Amino acid sequence: MIKFSEDKLKEVQAMIDRYPEGKQKSALIPLLHLAQDEFGGWLSPETMDYVASLLHIEPIEVYEVATFYSMYNLKPVGKHVFEVCHTGPCMLRGSDDIISYIRQKLDINVGETTADGMFTLKTVECLGACGYAPMMQLGMHYKEHLTPEKVDAIINACRNN
Amino acid sequence: MSKKLLLEKAHIEGIRHFDVYRREGGYAAVEKALKMEPGGIVEEVKKSGLRGRGGAGFPSGMKWSFLAKPEGVPRYLVCNADESEPGTFKDRYLMEFLPHLLIEGLIVSSFALGSNRTYIYIRGEYAWIVGILEQAIAEAKQQGFLGKNILGSGFDCEIYVQRGAGAYICGEETALIESLEGKRGNPRIKPPFPAIKGLWDCPTVVNNVETLAAVVPIMNMGGEEYAKIGIGRSTGTKLISACGNINKPGVYEIDMTISVEEFIYSDEYCGGIPNGKKLKACIPGGSSVPILPANLLLKTAKGETRYMNYESLADGGFATGSMMGSGGFIVLDEDQCIVKNTLTLARFYRHESCGQCSPCREGTGWMEKILHKIDAGKGEMSDIDLLWDIQRKIEGNTICPLGDAAAWPVAAAIRHFRDEFEWHINNPELCLTKNYGLAHYADEIHVPA
Repeated sequence: MIKFSEDKLKEVQAMIDRYPEGKQKSALIPLLHLAQDEFGGWLSPETMDYVASLLHIEPIEVYEVATFYSMYNLKPVGKHVFEVCHTGPCMLRGSDDIISYIRQKLDINVGETTADGMFTLKTVECLGACGYAPMMQLGMHYKEHLTPEKVDAIINACRNN
Repeated sequence: MSKKLLLEKAHIEGIRHFDVYRREGGYAAVEKALKMEPGGIVEEVKKSGLRGRGGAGFPSGMKWSFLAKPEGVPRYLVCNADESEPGTFKDRYLMEFLPHLLIEGLIVSSFALGSNRTYIYIRGEYAWIVGILEQAIAEAKQQGFLGKNILGSGFDCEIYVQRGAGAYICGEETALIESLEGKRGNPRIKPPFPAIKGLWDCPTVVNNVETLAAVVPIMNMGGEEYAKIGIGRSTGTKLISACGNINKPGVYEIDMTISVEEFIYSDEYCGGIPNGKKLKACIPGGSSVPILPANLLLKTAKGETRYMNYESLADGGFATGSMMGSGGFIVLDEDQCIVKNTLTLARFYRHESCGQCSPCREGTGWMEKILHKIDAGKGEMSDIDLLWDIQRKIEGNTICPLGDAAAWPVAAAIRHFRDEFEWHINNPELCLTKNYGLAHYADEIHVPA
C-alpha cells in the first residue's frame, strides 16, 4: 500500500491551501507531479487511486487528467529519462542527428528503456528552448546546445550518479 | 540601439533577489499604483496602447475593461506562463532572470483588477523556474509587497505558482482555466468569455507574462509616454526570441521600429546566418504564423521595407504577409527543406490537439501522414491539393484557435513553396539525399555583404 510520508502530506496540504475552499481538485496536476516523483517515476493505477482519495474525487477524474498531459508516465521508465525535442526549431539545428547518436550509444529505440533500467529515450515536442537547440529535458532541468561529446558526458554523469 | 524597458537590468548581478531589484528602482510601480484608483490604472494601460504579448495582440487595457465586477464575487488574475509555441522562449527568459519584474507587474495588475488571489500557470517543463518565482514571491511578501494590507493600502493579495504537465493547448486561455481547475485542457466554447465566467465560474483576466511585466514601465512612465515608443499601433517594446539558422540565437528587446533585415543581419541582434549561407525563409512570429520566403520577408509585395511590428509583418495579409504572433522568430537557411520543416510542425499540432473538435483531431493527423509520405519520397501530385483541402476545412471550424494554428503553417508552405513540394514528388529518390535548396525564394533581395 503506497502512502506519502508525514512531510509530504504537509506539502500536499499546502498545495490544497492555495485554492479556495471546496476547490481542492485544482491541486490535482501538481499533486500528480509529486506522486510520480515519489512513487517510482510513473503513475500506477494504485498511485492514481491514492491521489483521488487525498483530494476526495473519483478515480476516473484522476485517470482522465493523467492520460491527457505528456509529462505523466503511465508505464515504468528508466532511472534517467532523456526527452529530446524534435520540433521545427530543434530540427533546424540538428536534433535528428542527436537522437540517432543517443539511439546508437544506448542501443535502444525511441520509446524504449535500456535492459539495465538506467535510461529511457523519448522524443518530445517543443520545450521552449529553441534558441539553445538541440536540447533535451533530463528530470527537472534542460541540457542545451547538445553535441555528441556533451551527450557522452551526460550519460557518464548519469551512470556515476 | 533599441530602448529597453523590460530587459535593461537583466544582467545586473543578483537582480533575481529583492534587495538588488529594489535598489535598482524596483517596486516603485507598486508604490505608485496603490495610491491610485484601480480604474485609473486601467486607463493608463489603455492609453499605453499595450497589446497582448502572447500572440493574439489584443489591446490589453480593453481586455481589462471587459472584466465583470458583480458584488460579492471574487475576481481572478491569471498569468499565462504556459509558453509553448515553437520558436518562443521569451517568457522563460524574463521569469528566469527578472522574476521580480513579473511579480511587480502582477501586484499592480491584481490591484487594478481587484484580484486578491492571483495565479501564475507555468508550463510543467519549466520546472526549475517554479522555485525562482516562489522565492521572489516569498521575498516580496516578507517586505510587505504581498500578503495582507500591502503597504498599508488595505489591499490583500497572494500569488501562487501552478505547474502544468505538458500540453500546448493550455496556453489557450479557457484551456488554461480548465487545467487550473484540475481538469483536462479542453478549451471552452466562448461566450461566455473568461471576463464574465472564468476560473471557478468567476470573472477572470488571463494575460501573458510579457504583457504583465510591461505594466511596470507603463506605471512608471505613464501610459502616454509608453505609447510614444514604437510606431503606430505597435507601441512600447517587444521581446523577440530568435532561433534557427542564425549566429546569435537568443532573446532581444526591440522597439518595433527596426527593419526585419536589420534584425537578422545586425550584430546587435541575430548577427546574420552562419557559414556564409543565404536566407531561405522565416517564420517571424511563432510556428503557427505563415512562413515567408526571403524575398517576401525583407520587403513587402509592394517592394517596401518590412519592419518588425504588428502592422508591417502582417502587410499583404496571408497572401504575401505573416504575423507578429508571439515573437518567436525562426530563421531557415538555404540548406533547409520546407517539406521536412512543415512535417515537424504538423506533427507538433497533431500531438497537441486536445481532440475535442473532429476537424482538428482528425485533420492534424491526416496532414502529418501526407507530409510524411511526401517527405519519404512517396508523395503523389494530388497530395498537395489534398493537403490544401484539409487545412482549409480545419481553419475556422474549431472551438479554439489551435485549429487555425495547425492549418496556417501548411497553407503558407504550399502557397509560397509549392514548387518544392512538386520537386519532392517528381524526384522520389533524389529528395531523400538532397535538398531543393534556395531556388528562386531569395530572388531580388538585397543581402548585405
